[in-house]
Formats: sequence, structure tokens, C-alpha cells
Amino acid sequence: MFSSSSLPIQPLCIRIIQPSNLIKRMSVTLQCPGYPEDTLRSLAERLPCRETQLATLLALMGQPDQYSYPSVFIYGHRATGKSHVVLSIMKDLELPHASVDCVECVSSGLLFHQVLSAFFGPDAAALLPRCPSLSDFVRLYKQMSSNSPATQTRYIILDRAERMRDMDFSLLPALLRLQELVNDNVTVILLSEIVWEKFRPNTGCFEPLLFHFPDYSKAELVQILSWDHHPSYTPELYASYINILLGVFFSVCRDLRELRHLAVLNFSKFCEPLEKGEAKESDIHKLWKNIEPHLQRAMQTVYLREVSSVQWEQQQMDEKEATTLRVLSAHAHIELPYYSKFLLIAAYLASFNPARTDRRFFLKSHGKIRKTNFLKKHEKTSNHLLGPKPFPLDRLMAIFYSVVDSRVAPTASVFSQISSLVTLQLLSQVGHDDQLDSPKYKCSVSLDFILAISRCVCVCVRLLDLLALSLVIQSQVVRQERSLFTAVSNLHLL
Amino acid sequence: MSKRRSLTEAQCVSLAQKLLRERLCHQKLPDRPLALDSQYKHLLELLRRTAVHGESNSVLIVGPRGSGKTMLLGCVLRELMSLKEAQKNVLLVELNGLLQTDDKIALKEITRQLHLENVVGDKVFGSFAENLAFLLEALKKGDKSSSRPVVFVLDEFDLFAHHKNQTLLYNLLDVSQSAQTPVAVLGLTCRLDVLELLEKRVKSRFSHRQIHLFSSLSFAQYVDAVRAQLSLPPDFPDPKFSDAWNHSSYTQSLFPLSAFTAGIFKPIHLFLSVSRVSVSHSTLHEADLLEASRLISADSKAIILHGLSILELCLIIAMKHLNDTYDGEPFNFQMVHNEFKKFIQRKSHSIHKFEKPVVMKAFEHLLQLELVRPVDSGVCKVQREYQLMRLMLEHGQVMEALQRYPQCPTDVKQWALSAFA
Repeated sequence: MFSSSSLPIQPLCIRIIQPSNLIKRMSVTLQCPGYPEDTLRSLAERLPCRETQLATLLALMGQPDQYSYPSVFIYGHRATGKSHVVLSIMKDLELPHASVDCVECVSSGLLFHQVLSAFFGPDAAALLPRCPSLSDFVRLYKQMSSNSPATQTRYIILDRAERMRDMDFSLLPALLRLQELVNDNVTVILLSEIVWEKFRPNTGCFEPLLFHFPDYSKAELVQILSWDHHPSYTPELYASYINILLGVFFSVCRDLRELRHLAVLNFSKFCEPLEKGEAKESDIHKLWKNIEPHLQRAMQTVYLREVSSVQWEQQQMDEKEATTLRVLSAHAHIELPYYSKFLLIAAYLASFNPARTDRRFFLKSHGKIRKTNFLKKHEKTSNHLLGPKPFPLDRLMAIFYSVVDSRVAPTASVFSQISSLVTLQLLSQVGHDDQLDSPKYKCSVSLDFILAISRCVCVCVRLLDLLALSLVIQSQVVRQERSLFTAVSNLHLL
Repeated sequence: MSKRRSLTEAQCVSLAQKLLRERLCHQKLPDRPLALDSQYKHLLELLRRTAVHGESNSVLIVGPRGSGKTMLLGCVLRELMSLKEAQKNVLLVELNGLLQTDDKIALKEITRQLHLENVVGDKVFGSFAENLAFLLEALKKGDKSSSRPVVFVLDEFDLFAHHKNQTLLYNLLDVSQSAQTPVAVLGLTCRLDVLELLEKRVKSRFSHRQIHLFSSLSFAQYVDAVRAQLSLPPDFPDPKFSDAWNHSSYTQSLFPLSAFTAGIFKPIHLFLSVSRVSVSHSTLHEADLLEASRLISADSKAIILHGLSILELCLIIAMKHLNDTYDGEPFNFQMVHNEFKKFIQRKSHSIHKFEKPVVMKAFEHLLQLELVRPVDSGVCKVQREYQLMRLMLEHGQVMEALQRYPQCPTDVKQWALSAFA
């Protein structure tokens, strides 16, 4: 019996559960003298689709006692295996290395501490003064390495190296030429997502060797994702599931980690018809029809992290009993008091309509409709593309009174709802806090949200839907203004 | 007669790699730097005058990165220390602008390297003012005849000029101008305008002696220099192997390389080619050098564009169109989304409509890759969708990336090529 809640999210380190016939593994003969052959072979097996990069890295590193280039910069997209390959090489071949994640190093002292303790033990790291400078680090390193010189190349691996740009300005150039400064057989490997041109300091520095880890192609992604198939089902079924998943998600996301997470979360739903007995393993079309809307919904919720994975799994369990498809959205859960909804709608209209048009839209008798150009030249592209404009409180209240369907007295409860909206960050206050007589606000929600809440308000506010829509149209097509005017004036006369 | 056991091919290759790697990476000093004879003689003469005759001097060695400044200095110092009179006398203090980022740290380092009395073990006692006074006192007490000459080497000299008040530079150059301990101040820098960084009082104490290192080699000299770097020494244990190695022909491939290397002493290409040598491939070929230069000259941004998803690529094309239409003015996410929607509605067959949050997530991925940057980084009082951004790619890069993109749908390509979207 296969239950969804017991499926754990697997850690990133990919382990082979069983070799499958589907995957043709390349027989790579890694020629690298100085390292044991069988270790190299097992290493190559653990790094699928990365055999070329492994071979090049080993060629660059050379034999353990030879010198290697002082600094290497490895770049590539997220989840392309950069850290995994480098750290696997270091661990399996048992090379002396210090692996530091630059996100953890809020100060450079932490970096120095980690490097020294990895190479020379914690006693050496304890010799560092309180706030160590780069000078202290280099001096101490020289001292320690003269006591115990390097028989093999030492490697310093700096992950997420883009954070180093925000640390001391001399840290990056100094680490790039560390081999020369400490006169020892040490190589610094930088791993990053961002290209080298963004790292280079103003006056230049020692250029590292650039090495690119290419992204996985679709076929390679299928190959890698097929490796963690569930033992109760055949690998072919899992491979076809992965193909369906990639068909939905590949054009949006090519990140291996995300795809793996989505694959694990949705597999139980995919297997539902098989469990219930409604379909066999070869009925791919039926299984596809079952899973495809589910994956589309996953794209709108779990992929965007609007819903956590636990909530998603819980939903799947609930749906097994009920058969309705519920649309999840974070916005649907916001509950606002009655007048706050009108205030928000009024704020949206105030932000996106120029003030000149208020008369025409909101007054019942606005006189003749003139044929002048509705929007001024500079406003033609502006409204919905440049963002909301600030409006004073008086204008908001004026629009509010004309929009709300019953008579509302200007009591404190109405005004306090405005400040609640500001606290909820649905409105934002523009200008100084202590401007008490005419505060200015801006609407910070989108049209979709306004339409969603206007549907919750009672039916006669349909006209507001139309108004909101008309604002969308007007900013794009100006020539239809006359018909627009007649439509709006007809609404008011209703 | 000693019988030499002939080494196997693998051992030869391994030994050759070891030698060359040490020469290229560890940058062992050559016997004599190539094509820098006049500069070498000049510098050696200056230092000899300080060391032997007790004359104070200051000189700046200026040259672009990779032109051999540190190497030149290393060779000169090595020869200087081999002179009998200098060997026992000269004190050497080496400072680096990257490491000694502050005058305090620099002063402590000088005191430590000179082994003055306020150093115990490794720790330097006293405050900055006390250390400075002590050092100057120690330096001032001497004179030409009785005290030992000191050579100060300041690497990354331009960084010292950014310290507060340029105290260290002022004091060192002051000592070098007055008749006290013979002192030689050598600065190495890559900036040609380094003198403008100095304050007036510091500049006037400097002797304005500059040694420039610009590589002015003809192609034949360049080829000779590279061959010298890559050839195995005559005492290599297997003479047949070293003969085959030294006579392998790769001269033709050096012509494109010579165009964009700063100097012959920047050995990335050579290192890459050497690393490809293995047992199956035991001499250096032209293909190795060409492959190395191809790897080095690759455009990394275009390579990164290869790994983007289709949605992200469409966003980049939309931004490119906005740039073309509005002449490079900054845009925001709302405008990009608008362009993308227009494409979906009118021209696209293969890409279906994505929800706005999904498009926003793709846009944020581009932000994280720094292909798009906000105009005013930091202050964001504006909502995320309306914050103004700029595209960090050029028209040509985008088009080139499109050509290489795997399985790019034709309607996307046509959209990119159309002049008015």
C-alpha cells in the first residue's frame, strides 16, 4: 500500500537505488594517474551526465603532488551540479580541502577561521586574533605551512562566491593569488551562478581559470530524474511520468531541484488511477488526463510557494474523498469588512484614473460630453504601466461616497479602516508620517485582486467591474472613447 | 658508466607535467626575464647603489597586469642578494596593498619584518603613534656609513595611496629624501596614473623615477618566448621524449593567441594546453592551444542564456524590444509583461498563456542572475512590479544566444527578429 504522506523529500545527494536498463551509462575511462582507478570509476557513476566536466576538472587538478592553477572560477546555472561534483571529488579522492559557503561568512574572520581549522586543525585557528585582517591570515598561514608543508595540493572551495563582492574589497583579489602570497601549493576554487565579468574589481586582478558547467538538456533531466523511481512501480512508468511532468514544467523552469521536488510531491496523485484499478500501467493517455490539470494547479500554487508542500499533500489526501477541484490562492483568503472593500476599490480608482476624469465618471449629472482628446499625450502609455499615482484623502472620500450604495456618515470607524488598510499594506502612505491635514495614499494591489473582492461585494456593484475594466481598455485604445462614454453614462442612468 | 633505467611513457608525461606546472603556476623565476633587459639593468643599478654605496632611492615600476613586474623584481633581488656586500647588510621589507589595507596594519608588519625591539614572538606592542615614532627613530638614528640599508617593496602601490592621509607613504618617502638610513622604496603598480593619486607633499618627496614595462615584442620574439616557457630543460631524464616534446610544432596556432595576451607571462593558455597532455596524447599539438584559446575567449553571458527556460527567454526578447523602441530607457516588469502578453495573443502558437505570478517568478530568476538590474539599487519604495530596471545584455548577445538556443520555437525566433513587435 502506497501512501503519500510517508514519501520523504529526498536530500540532494543522489544515490543509486538500483541500476536500470533504461539508462545507458557511458563507460568513461578516466585517465588520471595518481588516483586509484576504482575510486574514479565509482565517482563517475555517482555523477550522471557530468562525466566531461569531471574529466576536465581532474585534468586541471593533475596529480596530487603537482601544482595547479592558483584560482579556478566555476560558473553555471543553479542545480547544475557544481558543488556536488567538486565536493564529491574532494571527498572521494580524500584531498585536503576547506569548503566554505560565503553566505555563512558575515565577516571575513569566519572564512579565515574555517580555512585554517580545515587545513591545520583548530589550534591553528585559535591563534587568529579577535578581528583578524587578511594580513594576519596570510601571516599565520605562512607560519603553519612552513611547519607542515603541503605534500598534496590544498583546495579552498568557496561556494556562492558572489557574496564575496560585498565583503572587504581586497579579499577577492587576495584570495585569487593566494598561492603566490603564501608560497604554498594551494588552489582556490570559486563556485557561482553569476558570470565573471561582474566580479572583476576596478583595477583588475589575477584572472582565474574560467570553467563552465553547462545546463542539463531535457533528455539528461529525464535520465537523472528517473533515478529516484519508487520501487513498487516499474522504471518505465516513472520515466513516462517524468516526461509528462517536463511537458508541463520544462518551458517554465529547468532547475533540477524544483523539478525533483515537484516530481516527488505529485507522484502519488499520478498513481491514484492505478491504485483504484481504473487504469493499467500502459494506459498513458488516461493517466495523463488525470494528472495534467493537477500539475497545472501545482504550477500556480506549490511552484510559486503560495502553498507549502505539507498543505499540498494534505489537500491531495482530502481530494481523494471529495472529487471537486478547489482553486487555491492566497488572495482568496483575505477577509475585509464591508466598507473596507469599497474603500479599497475607491483607492484603486483614485490611483489609476487621472483626477480630471472623476467628474465624468462619478457625478450623476456631468453635463455635455466633449469630444476632446480623452487622455493627454503623455498619459497615453502611463496609467497601468507606470504604477499607481498618489492621491489625497479628500479625493478618496469623494470617490468612496459616490461608489458606496448606501448613505455613510463620516465617522471615525470609516476613517480608521483606512489606517487598517495601510497596516495591511493594501494601501501605502506616500510622503511624511506627520503630515496630518492632507495625507496622501497610493493603492498597492493589482486589478485581479480588486476584481476578486468586488465580486464578493453585493451585486449592484457590477458597474464597478465595468468601470475597472473600462480603465484597462482606455489606457490601451484611446479611439473608442466615445462609445466608452456612452456606455458609462448609460450605467449611471440605471 | 651509469646505466639509466629508461622511464615509461607515463612517468615521462608525469614528470613533464610536474615541471611545467611548477614553472607556469608557481611562477618560478626564470634566469633572466625576456625582453626586459634595459629595465633589469636600471633597477639593478639603483638597488646596488642603495645596498653598496648607501644612496637612498625611490622608484615606481609601472606596467599592466601580467607584464612581469613582480617577476622582474624577484630576479633583481635574487641577483642583488648574491652580491657579497649586499648579502649581509640589506634588510628587506615586503608589503602588499591587498593585505595591508590600513596604515596601522602596515606599520605592524614593517616592525615585525625588521625585528625591532617592540616585537616579541609575533605580537607587536604599542599603539600606532608609538610604533611610528619608534620606527622613525630607528631609521633616523642611522647614517650612510654605519647603518644597514633597508629596501621597502610596496606591491599594489596604488592601494597605499588610498590610506588615510597617506601617512605611511609620506614617512617612507621622507626618510628616503633626508640623509638618514639608506632606504630604497620600490612601488609596483598597474595604474599608469598613479602619480595623480599621491598628495602634493608626498609627490614632491618622490623622485619621479618610473620604470615602464610594456611588452614590445615582435611576433618572432613572442614565439621564442612561448617556446622557452614550454620547453623541457636539457637535464630531463629521457632525452628522446624531451626532444619530441621540444620539437612539436604549434607555431601556427600562436598567431591568434598573440593578439589578446597581455604579455607572455600570463600563462593561462599554456596551462590549459599542458593540462590536456596525458598518456594517450603525449605531446603538445596546435589543437590544444587553439582549444585553450577558444575556452578563454568564450562569451560567458551568451553561455548563461543557453540555460534559460523558454519563458525567461521570451522575457528577455520582450525587454530587447522595449529597449529598441524606447532607445534604452529603463522599463519595469509591468511593461515587459505587457509586451509578452501582446506576443502571446497575436503571434504565438507554441507558448500558452502563463499566469502573472509565474511570469513574475521567471523575471525574478533573471534578477538573481543579474541579467537585469534595478536602476536605483537599494531604495525600493515602489512595488516590485513597478520598479525600474535595465537589461544588462546587448542586442548582439541576445541574437547570438537565440541562434544557439536548443529547440527554440520558430515563432519566438521570428518575434525576436521582427523590427516592430
